[in-house]
Amino acid sequence: MSEVTRTGRKFFTIREISGPLLFVEEVSGVGYGELLEVLTADGEERTGQVIDVSEGITTVQVFQGTSDLDVKASAVRFTGETIKLPVSMDMLGRVFTGGGKVADGGPELIPEDYWDIHGAPINPYSREHPIDFIQTGISVIDCMNPLVRGQKLPLFSGSGLPHKLIASQIVRQAKVRGQEEAFTIVFAAMGITADEARFFREDFMSMGVLSRVAIFINLAEDPAIERIITPRLALTAAEYFAFEQGMHVLAILIDMTNYCEALREISAARMEIPGRRGYPGYMYTDLASIYERAGRIRGKSGSITQMPILTMPDDDITHPIPDLTGYITEGQIILDRKVHKTGLYPPIDPLPSLSRLMDKGIGPGKTREDHKQLSDQLYYAYAEGKVLRETALVSGEAALTKVDKLYLQFADRFERDFIGQGTSENRDIEKTLDLGWEFLSVLPESEFSRIDPDIIKKYSPKHTRKDADNSLVS
Amino acid sequence: MSSVGTISRVAGPFLLAKGMAGSRMYELVRVGEAGVIGEIVRLDGEKAAIQAYEETIGIKPGEKVVGTGKPLSVELGPGLVGQIYDGIQRPLSVIQDLIGPRIRRGVAPPALDHKKKWSFQPMVKEKTKILSGDAIGMVQETPLVKHWILVPPWIKEGFVESIVPEGKYEVTHPIAQVKTTEGSEKLHLMHSWPVRQPRPYKTMLPTDVPLLTGQRIIDAFFPTAKGGTATIPGGFGAGKTVMLQSLAQWADADIVILVGCGERGNEMADVIEKFPKLKDYRSGKLLMNRTVIVANTSDMPIAARESSIYTAITLAEYYRDMGYDVAVMADSTSRWAEALREISGRLEEMPGEEGYPAYLASRLAEFYARAGRVTTCGSDEKCGSITAIGAVSPPGGDFSEPVTGHTLRLTRVFWALDFSLAHRRHFPAINWFMSYSEYMRSFESWYENVGPDWPKLREEAMSLLKEEEELKEVVSLVGAEILGDKQRCVFEVAKMLKEYFLLQNAFHPVDMYCPIKKTYQMLRLILEFYERTKQAVARGVPLTQVLSLGVKGELARMKIVRPEEFDETNLAITKKMSEQFGQLAEETPEGESV
Ligand SMILES: Nc1ncnc2c1ncn2[C@@H]1O[C@H](COP(=O)(O)OP(=O)(O)O)[C@@H](O)[C@H]1O
Ligand SMILES: [Mg+2]
Repeated sequence: MSEVTRTGRKFFTIREISGPLLFVEEVSGVGYGELLEVLTADGEERTGQVIDVSEGITTVQVFQGTSDLDVKASAVRFTGETIKLPVSMDMLGRVFTGGGKVADGGPELIPEDYWDIHGAPINPYSREHPIDFIQTGISVIDCMNPLVRGQKLPLFSGSGLPHKLIASQIVRQAKVRGQEEAFTIVFAAMGITADEARFFREDFMSMGVLSRVAIFINLAEDPAIERIITPRLALTAAEYFAFEQGMHVLAILIDMTNYCEALREISAARMEIPGRRGYPGYMYTDLASIYERAGRIRGKSGSITQMPILTMPDDDITHPIPDLTGYITEGQIILDRKVHKTGLYPPIDPLPSLSRLMDKGIGPGKTREDHKQLSDQLYYAYAEGKVLRETALVSGEAALTKVDKLYLQFADRFERDFIGQGTSENRDIEKTLDLGWEFLSVLPESEFSRIDPDIIKKYSPKHTRKDADNSLVS
Repeated sequence: MSSVGTISRVAGPFLLAKGMAGSRMYELVRVGEAGVIGEIVRLDGEKAAIQAYEETIGIKPGEKVVGTGKPLSVELGPGLVGQIYDGIQRPLSVIQDLIGPRIRRGVAPPALDHKKKWSFQPMVKEKTKILSGDAIGMVQETPLVKHWILVPPWIKEGFVESIVPEGKYEVTHPIAQVKTTEGSEKLHLMHSWPVRQPRPYKTMLPTDVPLLTGQRIIDAFFPTAKGGTATIPGGFGAGKTVMLQSLAQWADADIVILVGCGERGNEMADVIEKFPKLKDYRSGKLLMNRTVIVANTSDMPIAARESSIYTAITLAEYYRDMGYDVAVMADSTSRWAEALREISGRLEEMPGEEGYPAYLASRLAEFYARAGRVTTCGSDEKCGSITAIGAVSPPGGDFSEPVTGHTLRLTRVFWALDFSLAHRRHFPAINWFMSYSEYMRSFESWYENVGPDWPKLREEAMSLLKEEEELKEVVSLVGAEILGDKQRCVFEVAKMLKEYFLLQNAFHPVDMYCPIKKTYQMLRLILEFYERTKQAVARGVPLTQVLSLGVKGELARMKIVRPEEFDETNLAITKKMSEQFGQLAEETPEGESV
């Protein structure tokens, strides 16, 4: 059968439907990865993609799901194309479905170009290392786990934890110091509720940023399989803004857990041998094909910063979804339910959190020379304080030495007033670092083994105040 | 000649073909119009299973498959050092020049620059008898690497019929004609070698020299050997990559091959940016002059991730054969194992533990077996080594999983990364109780040459850490009040040992590298402080007084004293220690208690 007659023709040869998959027979000349249209008996059009093709059987995943499809009256039409997103600057300010269709009642776009939604791997040789500190105004992030432009830094959350508030605060406050240009936002939602979707939309509206946001929404009640393409559509848009239009993009992907569930569903329907806890063995590679689309490219002025959000099933960080994510992303910000229950906002636990690009993004000229050492010391002191808190719980305060008790005091204040801050409180980095010094000085200076003596002299309030006093006297 | 078959199935990176009679296992094939590169991984009559090294989108059943008649091979010759390759040795810088910043299929530039001319110095004359492995000439590949041109392994012996004079030649230019029993053969500056086939050597030698790394905890407590193996398992963020990069920078190997196997693109970008600027501490020359990078990141094709390990170890063997000490660091072997698992799953093989194929252990063993210290082929006694170091990324950070388990059985040094250390930013987060080096005993005499009391110091340090651990248990049961100064001193000095010695910042310009002598002196000074403290406390000096001695602060700053100044610092601290402790004795005469 020739190419010409195959594409565009309808085939009524669906042999089997299983979960999100169709098995089609008697079609030849179909390419792996090809896009096709699936037509229901009453003429509704859906889209699908070939995920396995052999001489006998072509396996197709249908993004809008297979409900109402049947083997007799439904048909497929091959396109000879791969899945592409029509791209244009007019995507900004618009809302699309998780499958990329216009969803805000507005006009169809006039595309500048069509981009393959799977992208292509970035040559590691062509990557430019991210180096620009993004001030989020949230102390526990900026000081302890700073975000850098071009980084992929996920929020590991749990159901009911305020990751939405944190994401929204970051969108509102994030800026690269000394630069006017605000972030362009690409927002991809997979399987979130209509309520949550409304929260974000209204939030973007109230911030007045709607005109620089492109929104792709797959709701909880939308077909699960569509979630496979939602982040890919969104990141294709992001790549267009960043690498074609030179913009700095912040891509928010929520909730990656729902994405992974969809992946699992397809794998189960294909009867593949499952990997750990029932998730496909290739989930690491699949997630990497999404997360690795963040970054900077040599010779291009734009960037993509990714903030994926996921809810850890049972708050378990060893669950394959957070685990594989953490192995790919450049750190993780971890929300803690115990902390949340104490009423602290943001309930971020800095100890297991990490920003791998911290060293690149901070220091003299970027934030301040004392930043790294101060944060190292804060890490040490807070970890120590938490261990001692446990000891005190088990054996009473009597088990503690004098210095131990100071560590306890430090940990309490650090949690309450350093980690803790308002949902719209925007602290600049100097304020954040000064606060860090203030709380640290509860401890005797001899404990500061991770800070150079010169730095202590220059920044510790004990010295700076003394200097100030001295100058008053003289 | 090449055989031709047709594709019958495409499922991701995995293809089936029929009509492949005459093909060989592991033969390289080209698929379809796009000429996608693949490798035969199973043969069943005239049917073949193929793993594709490039994207398969758009490939259709019925497209043709052409065999190349050759297995997956690498080009070996001058020009390897300083390069960055993908998993099948395509030079990534050339790919960028050809098609821009994204990797797309259908480009296969040669691994070595075939146009570049190298200055070749012949080392043999006509009629000389030669054996496999003998050097017939030399090319100065980089300021750090003399690249010996050896008689390739398949020529067992022969005579030089002719050899070109000193001059500049391309890698493909014939430089010598050799007569063997089978006939006459032309030799070039380069040759190719199948990656899955280990290169021969004469004999395996004992591994009794440590591979120094400039990392204190490793050099002092858990060293690996030149020609040895080591593994570094740890959950995400525990410090595998930073450690491997530190080793790649500072290990005292002649050639370093760093494999980014299914990991982050930005980490590779970081190395590519950093290494060409960093200086080798021994020669003062740039590190890139001894480094080869193999980068097949997580978003690049998975089959090429599987082959990246073999590509790297083959390059290592090539330099070992020249008599060099080579170190290969693979980050992360778990991603390689996952690639195996995925391919095996697509082949519908019987899954073993956690879905990994039953041959996971034997494949890992084959890899680590290519490490070792050997006498190389050739007429002279030459000795070369490959040290193989693999990171492992256990799911959930739990070491009881197949890849960690098998690797631990196959390697002789275990650097166990510990989350609780990483979370308090104690790096390297190598747990000193769990880790071990099986080489330590065979290194004793080597260490005693650096300092006769090494074994003693090591033991004292370890028992101090153990004692602290035990005391902590006691305190959590009965409280700190029962602690006298004698026990408190254990806590205090153990903390000093951890913070001043074990903690090492890979990003601090001085601390990032600590030569063995400085490591020894630092450890000795801290333990001398311990000894003196114990004595003082026993004499009744309050511990608080000891801890406020000025010399303690100097011990804290030892790590940021430049190695070339450290002999002086060592003397100065020793002197101050004796003075200051001496004064303590005067202020608090014996007998007076607290
Ligand atoms: N030796 C070290 N010195 C300073 N920081 C380190 C060191 N080792 C690890 N780190 C910190 O820990 C982070 C994670 O380390 P990395 O090696 O990337 O972990 P892994 O590869 O195990 O996921 C790094 O980004 C760095 O901030
Ligand atoms: Mg790593």
